[in-house]
Amino acid sequence: MIPLVPFTADPVPEPTGNVWNWDFAIEIFPDILRAFLEVTLLVTVVGTVIAALLGLVIAILLRVLPRPFAFVLRWAANFIRMTPLVVQLLVLYYGFTWMDPLTIGFIVFGIHYATYMSEVYRAGIDSVPKGQWEATKALSMSAGRTWRRVVIPQALRSTIPSLGNYAISMFKDTPFLFVISVAEMVRVAQTIGAQTFRYTEAITIAGLIFLAASYPTALLINRLEKRLAYAN
Amino acid sequence: MDWLDQQQQNFDSLQNFGPRLWDGFLLTVQLTLVGAAMAFVIAVILGLMAGSPNLWLRGPARIIIEFFRGTSLLVQLFWVYYVLPLFGLTLESAFTVGVIALGVNYGAYGAEAVRASLTSVASGQWEATVALSMSWTHKIRRVIFPQAWALMIPSLANLLVHLMKGSAIVYIVGLNDFNFELDQFRRVTSAWFSYAFVGLIGYFAFALVLTQGMRLLEVRAKHRLGQGLSLREILSPAPKVPTSGVQPGGAS
Repeated sequence: MIPLVPFTADPVPEPTGNVWNWDFAIEIFPDILRAFLEVTLLVTVVGTVIAALLGLVIAILLRVLPRPFAFVLRWAANFIRMTPLVVQLLVLYYGFTWMDPLTIGFIVFGIHYATYMSEVYRAGIDSVPKGQWEATKALSMSAGRTWRRVVIPQALRSTIPSLGNYAISMFKDTPFLFVISVAEMVRVAQTIGAQTFRYTEAITIAGLIFLAASYPTALLINRLEKRLAYAN
Repeated sequence: MDWLDQQQQNFDSLQNFGPRLWDGFLLTVQLTLVGAAMAFVIAVILGLMAGSPNLWLRGPARIIIEFFRGTSLLVQLFWVYYVLPLFGLTLESAFTVGVIALGVNYGAYGAEAVRASLTSVASGQWEATVALSMSWTHKIRRVIFPQAWALMIPSLANLLVHLMKGSAIVYIVGLNDFNFELDQFRRVTSAWFSYAFVGLIGYFAFALVLTQGMRLLEVRAKHRLGQGLSLREILSPAPKVPTSGVQPGGAS
């Protein structure tokens, strides 16, 4: 594992004829790939799980809370959604110095994307036909049972593609962890560049790994979206 | 009492530090607006290319769009900063580096919004321009784009907020923007006061101004198509509520 050096804006490299070196690229590839598997993917998966669960909680709370509380919650969510992830990471990083930066990453990514996902769930809940709600009333189901057995199962189906798209967005935002010195892929690539004064290979490899991971997933989600639309 | 003293001190520092923070904030505003202008130009060009039936236009546009959407903003920023100079293209300021990275990244996202809204313009409109044998520029400028424009504003508003949020990372290549000045301010106060109280609220206020601005643009665009009230009617003392697709939260 490559040790991290503190980041400073390095002097801009001089133009040289030798832009790309295959041997060097092959040599550093395993380090960058390891950072991708161990940190980038981990943050994406944990962040997505937190966001998907918390987003659902927010969406339900927005429906069931009394008006003033729902109003406060809605604007709190807007506030989180409309302010930079980078600044949110830095708040917790310097505000809770005892906390592990990776944990801060989980929390911030989870909460930030939960505010996006809650909008997806909200749309899904709104799309459940009114007759379904009336039917649960007619059957005198409890509120909990109505949500668990009737509304949520129907609301969730149409939300899966949008949630997947937000998971991809989160994946592509993970390099922001750079600012709180988590050794994710781009940070490792930048460190390799700073130590060897060869940035091209490291940064390009990081970019290509992003592309190789996100593009096929996006295509898959696109197909799923079309299928669901067809099924409806 | 201790806590109150601390807050008193923080507000005193805020007064001393205020001008620097304000300068940083203005730089973030500039970065966002110039970056958005560049992103918009790229989005329209790539969006028109991607919506074209000609494979030689559509193919390259798709590759460019997917490439910039698929790699991450920070990767592109570093690429512009570290790699472009190797090709002899040295950018003299961090501002230019930031604008290019934000422009190409969000331009690629915007291209999808442009393309989608072009295809949502009613097919009868396209057919009518053919029947009237309008030239390509004439039909896009006078018929298709004004209608597509009204449709694309909500997505562009979301992207604008995303771009604004993304601009907070550009300090990393040495730009003294709002986020950078907040970091300096944190050193004399605390993370909570600097980042959370001043920073997040500053960014949030800016985002609200941006979304409201886009809402007004949408009202104007719709009115020009003969839908909804004019801006003057809405901004008059007894406003009627406009119907807008732009959500205050910036969610899509």
